[in-house]
Amino acid sequence: MWQIITNNWGSFLTGFWNTILCSIIALIFSLILGVFFALLEVAPTKFGKIVAKVYIAIFRNIPLLVIVMIFYLIVPRYIVKLSGFQAGTIGLTLYTSAFIAETVRAGISSISTGQMEGARSNGMTYTQAMRYVILPQAMKIVIPPLGNQFVNLVKNSSVLAFVAGFDLMYQAQLIAFSTFRTIDTYVVVGLFYLILTLPLSYYMRHLEKKLAQ
Amino acid sequence: MKKAKRFLLIPLLFFLCFALTACGKRNNQNVYQKVKESKHIIWGVRADTRLFGLTNVKTGKIEGFEIDLAHALTKQMLGKDATASFVTTTANTRIPLLKNGNIDAVLATMTITPERAKQVDFSKPYFPAGSSLLVPDNSKIKNVKDLNGETVLAVKGTTAVNDVHKFEPKARVLQYDDYGQAMSALKANQGVALTTDNGLLAGIAQENPGYKLVGGVYNNAPYGIAVNKGQKDMVDHINKALDQLKKNGTYDRLIKKWFAGIPGFSLKGVLK
Amino acid sequence: METFIHAYSWVDIRFLLQGLWVTIYVSLISIALSFVVGLILGLIRYTKIKYVSAIVGFIIDIIRNLPLLLIIFFTYFGLPQLGIVTNPTTASIAALVIFEGAMLAEIVRSGIGSVDPGQMEGARSNGMSYGQAMYHVVMPQALNHMIPALLAQFVSLVKDTSLATIIVLPELLYNAQIIYSQNTTYLIPMYVIIAIMYFVVCFCLSTIANYLQKKYN
Repeated sequence: MWQIITNNWGSFLTGFWNTILCSIIALIFSLILGVFFALLEVAPTKFGKIVAKVYIAIFRNIPLLVIVMIFYLIVPRYIVKLSGFQAGTIGLTLYTSAFIAETVRAGISSISTGQMEGARSNGMTYTQAMRYVILPQAMKIVIPPLGNQFVNLVKNSSVLAFVAGFDLMYQAQLIAFSTFRTIDTYVVVGLFYLILTLPLSYYMRHLEKKLAQ
Repeated sequence: MKKAKRFLLIPLLFFLCFALTACGKRNNQNVYQKVKESKHIIWGVRADTRLFGLTNVKTGKIEGFEIDLAHALTKQMLGKDATASFVTTTANTRIPLLKNGNIDAVLATMTITPERAKQVDFSKPYFPAGSSLLVPDNSKIKNVKDLNGETVLAVKGTTAVNDVHKFEPKARVLQYDDYGQAMSALKANQGVALTTDNGLLAGIAQENPGYKLVGGVYNNAPYGIAVNKGQKDMVDHINKALDQLKKNGTYDRLIKKWFAGIPGFSLKGVLK
Repeated sequence: METFIHAYSWVDIRFLLQGLWVTIYVSLISIALSFVVGLILGLIRYTKIKYVSAIVGFIIDIIRNLPLLLIIFFTYFGLPQLGIVTNPTTASIAALVIFEGAMLAEIVRSGIGSVDPGQMEGARSNGMSYGQAMYHVVMPQALNHMIPALLAQFVSLVKDTSLATIIVLPELLYNAQIIYSQNTTYLIPMYVIIAIMYFVVCFCLSTIANYLQKKYN
């Protein structure tokens, strides 16, 4: 097994790096989109609510792989050229943002309506109350579930393998084929994924416990 | 304290992984004896390649030259009442499946290479394929040398990937799980050309107007039937059956049935 | 527009429906089995049996933190090396049960944890054994708490079956790929219709999940 690691060190590192890069980009943009759609859903406008609901419903109920394939095979033909890495990252961002929106919305709803009314009666506008009173509290509640979404995001980034995204899983398939040592290669890749995900999930569990106290 | 226990478990996990991989035992059963007794051969074939093996949407069955050849070989080897069944493989699943004993033999556009011959045993070549290029009609690409600095599409685990690197090291290669995905990617302009064996490309070109083969064959890559390493009996009997099929005209009939009149593909050198 | 009409001929639709059927039946079997596995593992993890719970817990953590795609490879290529011959269907079901079972175990564990420990003590002091108290008092309440999370996980499971295209399980996405790779003008019609099919199946499940979430929270 060591041979597989040492002989293909470069390939593994490229994959590892691309997986990390894709995860971080997707995390940042899905957080922005997720919070945006969560706010839209709780906002007191009917139109916004419907838009947010439709967005969340679409991206939560269609498999990630189908979304990524659409961005990889259809969008470049008609709209704009996207590489496998770009298409995968965009698909992952949209998919994850729907889950983040749901989580954040649940967090905001769990803050009592009394808080909003209190802030408003103290002369704050809706935006101010949201920004300074509700969101900070909601974010604290949703940090552990958001952490889990991030772990899922890292795992889900493996769909890049389907669109030649040069991530860990794609490299693993190529190494497995060229060395003919299928299981060994996938064990090594599994360890690479665990390096990313395991500390994160333990830290989130630790945080959850701490926040529960 | 609890944390310490958790971390003690990590070496245990490593141990488990190694143990699991170590006990991956070789399949030592004699495949020929097995298929002779059951009068049944399980062939690993492709379901994504026109002319060789392609799923018919109407019936859900796989059809193609290799399927017909597999049926003919089965009957030739084991008698008229023998049956063949098919397992869909892709370039990156066929060798593991063969080694694991899911399938008895691979008849799936598999090029004979020295690296593969270390893993599996090959029959004599049954089809004289060679790597070629498929490009859109208006493409500037004329041959493999024009791929300098360009992106080429291929299928994971095929020899064309190495061939491209050998003939034009500056080409960038993207690899997909099957030909359907690779061709869809070419249509989505993810690369300038699709490379694999000429027979496969001819089938793809037939179905996709606006695309053509260019540059001829830039590397020979004859197909062989693969069986697990050490199954000499099986190889010998497959070779014998293949010779008989060539002698009695069945082979030529199948070649004509599938490849006659396919543009960009010459029957010369294929027929005996 | 004409392409759409041709693409949705009865032959193609029937082929897609066959794929949808594989998706649904692989999902149903996996849901049933992974629920049982999740329940057992979750209980083991919650009850803190010496060593056993720690080891089970650690294995669950490992599985939860690996991509499902990797677990599919392990069941398809790895199980045969241990002497268990798999085909794409059994390998997909095995992978889904292992992966979703581990995810469900975590939901079950936190579900039981969310029940007031006083309930257990009360039941025990009324003369029930630990098992009886768990079965009659704690579990029913815990299940109520976890229904939304369970259903959300089942929706994920249905979507995740699409990953099994990589080992050529003939499910919905794979069959669609076969159709459009033979006639690439069908690319868009195929993705439109399978997106709708997945959406309908998953949305029904999600709607039930949301309804139950409102009812129990």
